[in-house]
Amino acid sequence: MAAVQDAVDIRNVTKRYGSFTALDGVSLGIADNEFFTLLGPSGCGKTTLLRMIAGFEEITQGEIRLFGDPIAGRDPNHRPVNTVFQHYALFPHMTVRDNVAFGLKMKGMDAASRRARAERMLEMVHLSAFADRMPAQLSGGQQQRVALARALAPEPRVLLLDEPLSALDLKLRQAMRVELKQLQEETGITFIFVTHDQEEALTMSDRIAVMSAGQVQQIGTAREIYEAPVNRFVADFIGETNLIEVEVTRVDGDRAEVVLPGGHRLTCPSASRTGGRHALSIRPERMSVVAEAGADMLAVVERVVYLGTDLQLMVRLEGGAEFHVRLQNSARIAVPEPGARIGLRIEDGAARLLAD
Amino acid sequence: MSRGVRHYPGFGWMTVLCLVILYAPLIVVTVYSFNGSTSITTWGGFSLRWYVDVFTGPEAPRFKAAAWNSLTIALIAATVATAIATAAAVAMHRAGGFRGRSLTFALINLPLMVPEIVVAVATLIFFTMVGITTGYMTILIAHITFCIPFAYLPIAARLQGIDEGYEQAARDLYAGRGQAFFLVLLPLMLPGVISGYLLAFIISLDDFIITNFVKGAGMETLPTAIFGSVKQGIKPNIMAISTLMLAVSAVFVTLSYLVNRVGRKSP
Ligand SMILES: Nc1ncnc2c1ncn2[C@@H]1O[C@H](COP(=O)(O)OP(=O)(O)OP(=O)(O)O)[C@@H](O)[C@H]1O
Ligand SMILES: [Mg+2]
Repeated sequence: MAAVQDAVDIRNVTKRYGSFTALDGVSLGIADNEFFTLLGPSGCGKTTLLRMIAGFEEITQGEIRLFGDPIAGRDPNHRPVNTVFQHYALFPHMTVRDNVAFGLKMKGMDAASRRARAERMLEMVHLSAFADRMPAQLSGGQQQRVALARALAPEPRVLLLDEPLSALDLKLRQAMRVELKQLQEETGITFIFVTHDQEEALTMSDRIAVMSAGQVQQIGTAREIYEAPVNRFVADFIGETNLIEVEVTRVDGDRAEVVLPGGHRLTCPSASRTGGRHALSIRPERMSVVAEAGADMLAVVERVVYLGTDLQLMVRLEGGAEFHVRLQNSARIAVPEPGARIGLRIEDGAARLLAD
Repeated sequence: MSRGVRHYPGFGWMTVLCLVILYAPLIVVTVYSFNGSTSITTWGGFSLRWYVDVFTGPEAPRFKAAAWNSLTIALIAATVATAIATAAAVAMHRAGGFRGRSLTFALINLPLMVPEIVVAVATLIFFTMVGITTGYMTILIAHITFCIPFAYLPIAARLQGIDEGYEQAARDLYAGRGQAFFLVLLPLMLPGVISGYLLAFIISLDDFIITNFVKGAGMETLPTAIFGSVKQGIKPNIMAISTLMLAVSAVFVTLSYLVNRVGRKSP
């Protein structure tokens, strides 16, 4: 038994639509006050999982508990959970204020307190001046905030957010990330945030569950999943990485010795416990360009891409594999020319052997 | 490049022909309702005498009683049919797939496809077999029945355009099923519901065939009263009363159209 009770406890949940399995044995524990993110590509089942927590979708198999109580069979209006919908679903026939006060009204709060609380919520999302407008008279970003205020007003214990930032432009999205995180810390409400944007997930979350094809691939902090991805999918989905096939020569607990292209040997952390051929993930920003003599690998530069703060070198390794290197764009580095032969050093912790 | 429908050969005269056949009789009736002469074929100058005759002439009491029946039947039939059609639309489009959904859809819309005379005969036989004496009640029941599909069409069309997310948002915010319906879905459906109501009202007001079969002796609605009067020979007052009905229909159809259009602009 866990010492602290989870806010949401998802136990081996499976969801089938006919013969199609949308979620396949998902187990997750989400702690109270946590900013938890479900991250995964389109169609991996994120929305389905949220809808099951909110009560809009039957659970085919397994169990979901909210603060210890099984919720199967409880209607959405009897769950202490509110949702910020992907397209906001603001009631178009009500003013912004009435939208925000709707949940309070349904909970039976009297008109005066309702109004006061709606005002307070609108203040919190900086929309006090818009209380009497209709949703159609707001910009996308403003609608998003109203949806947030509406969902937070009844003080749910868990807030579900289904890609709430996806309809906003980049600048607004970045600003809203900070605001959302602050809001979560101020209110102390458990946030379950869905996104397919890894940057969004990394910047806001206490913990992230990386999902793919209806299964949870890895759960961990941003740092854990970025630095210690357990498999190819996670390594590839989170950030940028180079995946190269290598021969494992020795396994020693959670470290392994592998043969790099060109023949050098490298000992690195490993998520795999078996020998044979495995994928080695090497983060492009943890590489440095060195003289050929002290290098781990040799390569020929094919292209140099200028990215502003960074430079990306696209190189070809001995043995023919493509490889990316990211260098900070500082005045001190000598930028290699296309065609040049260079040596590459793998910094400590840059490489990690993956399980399949 | 589409050349547009105008470029099809014969488009011009075909259009004119259709318009003439459809509207020439209506125009003739409307114009001659203002005829000053007692003849229905010769023009005797502009006059409102036949309109005065409708309200005060020898046939006035008969028309008045018939008009009252028509109006109350149309009001009640449209109200009941709209309520049933709204419930049916919600069941069809919000209850998920249920067994017999296609069959239900066919049943709701059947009256639109069955020849009216068949419905009329069948309804009369039904009332006779069950043993209900024909009269006001039988007209009302028949009207409610055939008004349902007309009310259903605009309501269902509107409902299909409303995202289910709104009701779910309401449920998520602690609304029960009933509250989600009355506070969120129904207001959003309202343009369709009003449009359906107006359509049902006008269909009931104008109906002749079925009414004529199930009305029983001595009971008249406006269309049957007009028909009864015409059987004794067409007098110009018939043109006046027909023009009045035409005006009422036109107002209602226009209203129905406008409500639908306003509704389409707001989501
Ligand atoms: N009602 C349904 N009937 C059948 N299949 C469904 C249904 N709803 C969802 N699915 C399928 O389940 C899978 C997961 O859907 P879901 O909406 O959870 O994906 P998602 O991870 O939220 O994707 P996105 O990022 O695109 O929103 C998809 O393959 C989808 O086609
Ligand atoms: Mg989704």
